Amino acid sequence: MEQRTAKEITKLQELAYELKVGQAMTKEVITVSPYSTMAEFMEVLRVNRISGTPVLEEGRMIGIVSIEDLIKALAAGELNATVGEKMTPNPVTLYADEPLVHAVSKFSELRFGRFPVINRAGELVGIITQGDIARAMLRRLEVDYHEEEIHRYRASHIFEDIIADEIALVFGYRVAARDFERAGEASSGLKRTLSRLGIHPRVIRRVAVATYEAEMNIVIYTDGGEIVAEVRPGRIRIEALDKGPGIPDIEQAMQPGFSTAPEWVREMGFGAGMGLPNIQASADEMKLESTVGVGTHLDIIIYFDERKGT
Amino acid sequence: MKLRKVLELIEGKLITKNVDLNQEVQMGCGADLMSDVLAFTHEGTLLMSGLTNPQVVRTAEMAGIKAIVFVRGKIPPSETVALAEEKGIPLLASKYTMFETCGRLYQAGLPSCGLFELTLRRWREAFENKG
Repeated sequence: MEQRTAKEITKLQELAYELKVGQAMTKEVITVSPYSTMAEFMEVLRVNRISGTPVLEEGRMIGIVSIEDLIKALAAGELNATVGEKMTPNPVTLYADEPLVHAVSKFSELRFGRFPVINRAGELVGIITQGDIARAMLRRLEVDYHEEEIHRYRASHIFEDIIADEIALVFGYRVAARDFERAGEASSGLKRTLSRLGIHPRVIRRVAVATYEAEMNIVIYTDGGEIVAEVRPGRIRIEALDKGPGIPDIEQAMQPGFSTAPEWVREMGFGAGMGLPNIQASADEMKLESTVGVGTHLDIIIYFDERKGT
Repeated sequence: MKLRKVLELIEGKLITKNVDLNQEVQMGCGADLMSDVLAFTHEGTLLMSGLTNPQVVRTAEMAGIKAIVFVRGKIPPSETVALAEEKGIPLLASKYTMFETCGRLYQAGLPSCGLFELTLRRWREAFENKG
């Protein structure tokens, strides 16, 4: 629970940095003239159901007047006083292109009800209240959530939406020999694809571990190859095929700790003879066939109902 | 344990940018062999490693490692940092050895990843079913 709350707060903070004041503010600003009376200002507040407005003289903002100024004027029986007399001159403003988080901190620091928003030329372009900030964040969260929903729908419902006697999704990845720079990209791509398909994270982890070991084997020991993943309802099959040189003794290669890796591979943290045993431990079914001079064909199946623990 | 606490305990430094230090790690694993990282960790693990090449980050991504601490004062090359930032995996550094870095965290209550069937079967065959 605590973790989730923390995550949501972080998400909101992130949004406060991402969004600009201009995206959250109210653009149609109701203003009053400094020569209006406080009684007229009261009517402006009532009709528009707002609690304060900037004061404009010949298009230039000279102050801000709020419901608190009105209450003071009412208490003093000065409803006929002008707005110019009762307003706060030189109001604190925000720029439209500032991140929203600046507005959040100004609200908590100064405890004002609203800030006029200006552009870099100093012209009034909007007004922002704490309500505007909350609405902007909710709108944005909703958009994010909606996008995520669409994303998830497309992927996870695909099997239900397709009408066929047999369904299979096939993803193919090419793996280059001795390209350590890109080694792991195939597995990374497959991992992300499966998580978009809505497959359980624990199943994905097993697939990722097995595929990554297979991919590293192709990179380290072979002349290149490919990884093909075939997803069907209930299970995934991963085939790793290469163009040789092949494994002379499969039983020996399957022994934990057996390795033919050269020193430079070991220095990178691989080649400890645990790759194939790891694949076997992650897979529900595993078949390894190899012909020296032709190539190796690794074929594994992982079921989604978790026959095997982690 | 929060990453903030991890940094404090190991007197470590943060290497990647924009890290949420309130993220929790559930357990720890110390390994320099990448296959061991894949085989002997769970989702949410904090990895201690002396290896600093980009494959450590790839391995972490595949194994669902939450964050990586480089031990023995090793500082990773820029390719490793760039990949970690892309994958959103925080990188930390400790000037202490693998033993001391792990020890400090374990002593403060960060648990290990436990035992694993992969090796336990052979262990039992070798030492427990003999009689």
